[in-house]
Amino acid sequence: MTDRPLKVLIAKPGLDGHDRGAKVLARGLRDEGFEVVYTGLRQTPEMIATAALQEDVDVVGLSILSGAHMTLVPRVTKLLRERGMDDVLVAVGGIIPDDDGPALRAAGVAEIFGPGTTIAQVATYLRANARPRD
Amino acid sequence: MADAAAQAVELAEAAVAGDRRALARLLTAVENRTPVAEAAMRRLYPTAGQAHLVGVTGPPGSGKSTLVAALIAEVRRAGRTVAVVAVDPSSPITGGALLGDRVRMQAYAADDGVFIRSMAARGHAGGLASTSTAAAAVLDASGFDLILLETVGTGQSEVEVAAAADTTVVLEAPEMGDEVQAIKAGLLEVADLVVVNKGDKPGAQRTAAQLRAMLVATASRDADPARPRPKRPEILITTASTGEGVPELLAALDRHRAVGREGVSAAARLARAEAQVWAIVTDRLRDRLHDEAHREATTATLGEVADHRLDPYAAADRLLATFATEAAP
Repeated sequence: MTDRPLKVLIAKPGLDGHDRGAKVLARGLRDEGFEVVYTGLRQTPEMIATAALQEDVDVVGLSILSGAHMTLVPRVTKLLRERGMDDVLVAVGGIIPDDDGPALRAAGVAEIFGPGTTIAQVATYLRANARPRD
Repeated sequence: MADAAAQAVELAEAAVAGDRRALARLLTAVENRTPVAEAAMRRLYPTAGQAHLVGVTGPPGSGKSTLVAALIAEVRRAGRTVAVVAVDPSSPITGGALLGDRVRMQAYAADDGVFIRSMAARGHAGGLASTSTAAAAVLDASGFDLILLETVGTGQSEVEVAAAADTTVVLEAPEMGDEVQAIKAGLLEVADLVVVNKGDKPGAQRTAAQLRAMLVATASRDADPARPRPKRPEILITTASTGEGVPELLAALDRHRAVGREGVSAAARLARAEAQVWAIVTDRLRDRLHDEAHREATTATLGEVADHRLDPYAAADRLLATFATEAAP
């Protein structure tokens, strides 16, 4: 069963209410053949880590437009590590200043997708880099 | 294979001991129908059968996820543990899926007594994934008191969940149809409980009254007991978004379970066993027809059907005949 779909959690941590991007991506990845778990707005890092664990996803995609990424993203990656999910690929999308990239990567983020990224780019990246579990 | 068996035992023991990560990984193995899943099932199946399996089904948008969330809250108040298997459809075109049932079930991130797992139907018709019953058995063996199987949004005839569950709840929204809809064969016939959700909307009382009149009052009482009969469901009204009517629903579920345990359910358990084994048989047949040794012949036969050179029945017989002459794998 090597050709099974990759399972991706799309989550929106923090308090901003802008989920259009996350929904467009969730739907786009569905059309690219991914199984996408969408959990909606205003997720705490705790909720995201629990969902990632229970769903046993291959990828966690975080969409943030509030500017709180430097607080929220490391909290998520830390919780994932604590729960033994350090093999999950974490990607961030949204408005992320270039200067914050290195710190986020150091915290365990594999890739950052800014404005203008296409669905196909994200899909290609995930297919190449996510490690499907069996 | 020895590796798979060892890994399966390790995961199964950990899952039973309460390791949620191991449980989640085991469910992935079940979904992907790996050798690990089979070995784990050999270990876990004998200890499953303790949980109350409740199917929740109904049309898209009738409030299944919201009702499941409200039930989780009620079950936790009663001090019991609960697991959810929530199925959403897979795209017939790309194989992808959008699993959105967790959106309404967020509040339990820190609660170890709640476990929620989304599943894509992966091409299986009937309202569940082909592996949903096996997933429920793993959760059962892992010690959850109540397991809620939420189907994809269903129409009139996706009755599979009734074979998978001890108790089947069919949701209706107010004003969804007239009395004739209520006496059509199919989904409503397999309901143990019919829940008119969105009870705060106009028409809920009338819809419940119509269902009661058609499903309960008109059911014949003096039919030959040896003949299979449609159920006489209990009709309830809930407003899942506020929790109104949900304590009554949990009480009704408990009542139904108590009755089921005393008798009748032997037939139901046999039906569940058949559904479960049958799903595996069809999966395995399909897998073998597409494996290395058979792919070419299968594609050729299907091609003949597509071109109308062979009829579908003859094609099925031919494909089955291949296996009759071969030894088991």
